[in-house]
Amino acid sequence: MDFNLKIWRQKNAKAKGHFETYHISGIEEDASFLEMLDILNEQLIREGIDPVAVDKGCKSSGPVSFDHDCREGICGACSLYIDGRAHGPDDHVTTCQLFMRHFKDGATITVEPWRSSGFPVIKDLVVDRTAFDKILQAGGFISVRTGSAQDANNILISHDNAEKSMDAAACVGCGACVATCKNGSAMLFVGARVSSLALLPQGRPEAARRARAMVAKMDELGFGNCTNTRACEMECPKGISVEHIARLNREFLKAKFSE
Amino acid sequence: MADKLISKIPDGPLAEKWTKRKSEIRLVSPNNKRKLEIIVVGTGLGGASAAAALGELGYNVKIFCISDSPRRAHSIAAQGGINAAKNYQNDNDSVYRLFYDTIKGGDYRAREANVYRLAEVSAAIIDQCVAQGIPFAREYGGYLANRSFGGVQVSRTFYARGQTGQQLLLGAYASLNKEIAAGTVKSYPRHEMLDLVVINGEAKGIIARNLVTGEIERFGAHAVVIATGGYGNTYFLSTNAMNSNGSAAWQCYKKGAYFANPCFAQIHPTCIPVHGDQQCKLTLMSESLRNDGRIWVPKKMEDVLKLRKHEIKASQIPEEDRDYYLERRYPAFGNLVPRDVASRAAKERCDAGYGVNETGLAVFLDFADAIKRLGHQKVAERYGNLFEMYEKITASSPWEEPMMIYPAIHYTMGGIWVDYDLQTTIPGLYAIGEANFSDHGGNRLGASALMQGLADGYFILPVTIGDYLSHKFAEPKTDTNAPEFAEAEKAVKARIEKLFSIKGTKTVDSLHKKLGHIMWEYVGMGRTAEGLQKAIKEIAALKKEFWSDVFVPGENGEFNQELEKALRLADFIEIGDLMARDALNRNESCGGHFREESQTEEGEAKRDDANYMYVAAWEYKGEGVEPELHKEPLKYEFIEVKTRNYKE
Repeated sequence: MDFNLKIWRQKNAKAKGHFETYHISGIEEDASFLEMLDILNEQLIREGIDPVAVDKGCKSSGPVSFDHDCREGICGACSLYIDGRAHGPDDHVTTCQLFMRHFKDGATITVEPWRSSGFPVIKDLVVDRTAFDKILQAGGFISVRTGSAQDANNILISHDNAEKSMDAAACVGCGACVATCKNGSAMLFVGARVSSLALLPQGRPEAARRARAMVAKMDELGFGNCTNTRACEMECPKGISVEHIARLNREFLKAKFSE
Repeated sequence: MADKLISKIPDGPLAEKWTKRKSEIRLVSPNNKRKLEIIVVGTGLGGASAAAALGELGYNVKIFCISDSPRRAHSIAAQGGINAAKNYQNDNDSVYRLFYDTIKGGDYRAREANVYRLAEVSAAIIDQCVAQGIPFAREYGGYLANRSFGGVQVSRTFYARGQTGQQLLLGAYASLNKEIAAGTVKSYPRHEMLDLVVINGEAKGIIARNLVTGEIERFGAHAVVIATGGYGNTYFLSTNAMNSNGSAAWQCYKKGAYFANPCFAQIHPTCIPVHGDQQCKLTLMSESLRNDGRIWVPKKMEDVLKLRKHEIKASQIPEEDRDYYLERRYPAFGNLVPRDVASRAAKERCDAGYGVNETGLAVFLDFADAIKRLGHQKVAERYGNLFEMYEKITASSPWEEPMMIYPAIHYTMGGIWVDYDLQTTIPGLYAIGEANFSDHGGNRLGASALMQGLADGYFILPVTIGDYLSHKFAEPKTDTNAPEFAEAEKAVKARIEKLFSIKGTKTVDSLHKKLGHIMWEYVGMGRTAEGLQKAIKEIAALKKEFWSDVFVPGENGEFNQELEKALRLADFIEIGDLMARDALNRNESCGGHFREESQTEEGEAKRDDANYMYVAAWEYKGEGVEPELHKEPLKYEFIEVKTRNYKE
């Protein structure tokens, strides 16, 4: 398969970015999107090696930087905005699990980084998502000291609550929800964590404090508000439901009343 | 120098060793803990849990990872589960049985005392994880659910769908966040350790590259903990994450830490087969699939040929024409034999010509029976997300046609040599999780990697490191202006400059692929003396090629992923060499290490206990000098060493 790739290039956080277009050919349809980018990068590096290509006017900006790691859809590192959609045209996958068979041969594909004031660009398609770590540090945990736990089966949790909690805990922290939201809101991310813990008896003692602290941190870091468009749910690679935002809102309100 | 290999295994009965050691370890008072600094490198299950537990104790911890967040570490990709000797199923499980299964699964090449301790603390891990809010699978009564795994006959594996590693890591990461918020841990994401700093023979800090700015930075501490995982990516194609690498461990080796059993690499039987030469990563399908999936190839060559030409589908081949070769060869364990056995059996069938895809390198994993027996819903509950993942990747549905699988490199049992306290041969340097060698012998059982990472991090290291630090609290903070730091920093900068200055014609990936081919061909599933000698020669030539003809674009003072890869590949090449040397030295078959010269008439692995019942610990002797082999004899006082038998 052949493609034209229109890719966002930006040298660093301070530099101004721009699109560059590259042509790539001979891609297998079973190749993943990131494997296709690997092949493009090999090509771009070779152009830098080959003085003839450079003489012919190839102004190589070098290989394209992008975050990636597990390539199994679970680490949450990959974060590409492809043809106007977070993680591209396939549903419920991260970019690494997107395969070229989903594109038309000869298509022009536009690739951008997550765009949100909460996630400044580091280089090309790589953004800084440490804001997510900071939100979790504000309260996304249960304060249990190592060694003080009772026997695991002393805490009974209904099958359904465990499953619901797991649905929320499946969040990979990729940031697609923020990148998709017109308000740049992190409510799905925060909701998933708050909800996952609120559904479990172990999470109850700190539920109010957690909801308050995480929402406050999210606001402080400049993420927007939720206006219920549900775009985040549509684009979440793990299909995390906005019902977790609803549970976050309930927890937050309860916390306010308990103040 | 051999006296460095003191394993410090406590005397006394097996079940009392850990208690005894704990009672001997000197304590550090809370006000002194505050004065002590510890560096933890790596944020997977081992690193994150260790940093969290050390922070809770009151130490000053700095934690480093190469990703943008600690949560991305590759522990996150573990699917199937975590073992613990809880005996919640009343199936007569016990600490002893978990210990015994692990020792036997490791083909009698792990230390009795370490493995027993691992089994002993396993139950507390589950308690801790549940308390952290990890949503393990539950029965309808609200109690924890279990499943069984390869190499054992009880159900002791706890799981959270097919995302157990993710949930356990998010638990450890949450505890880490709690400590970061409390100010006891400081986190350094996007930082890569490039050297260990040793002062007067003791580990005192690291040199790290800030991956965003390219700055080379110095960090001092009273002790350093390596939790950077394994070196499976030496093979280029593996199930490891793209950025997983052996460099931190390798730099420790080059500073004097012995490296143990490097040739013990695990080849996982259930991975999605390679589809072409553009691939850079293999995907694992959880071993838990073998609980209900049946593995087979056709009996008739004509069916194989038709399958390859897509003239028939697997589901059309009648039952009597299928060879369920694991059930045939190993009736007692069937599809649940350990990973090394299952992988070799797949290779045997494919080598004989019965591989089922175009490349001839695939076997079937079939759920038709399970779907009939359990119903669609039950199978979906157990494996739904794995089926989905498989279908996304291959565009074929396991509900209709069997999966195709083939073995791939997955885990490395070898690693930095450590004593019972998890301390390396360099005082003050510790290694935990996959980065050390200690608990899995020649083969790791499924659902035991998560167990070991968390056992080391939550319950073992935080105790044992106190013994060393109890002598250190009077020492001042490590001075990062010391000449040793300056020298290490200079060497790192010189290495980076050298890489840029080569300006050759080969990309980093093209050379890494070349290394991968050598490793898979000669240091893969079947190894021979001749092949290994060839590998050593070819790796030496590749090393020369790398240092004279690699091309690294860009510059140091920026975010530069090609430079990161080049630095890691330089180390992978050297690791590959040591793996081949170790495999050549170990002229026996055991666990994942199969020397073709050493097999039974039936083609099973043949151990040589008389000559090789030892840990091979290699000492770095300098550039271009052959490493020196030290042997730590393995003594089995409490169990009888047997030939592994999964047939009866």
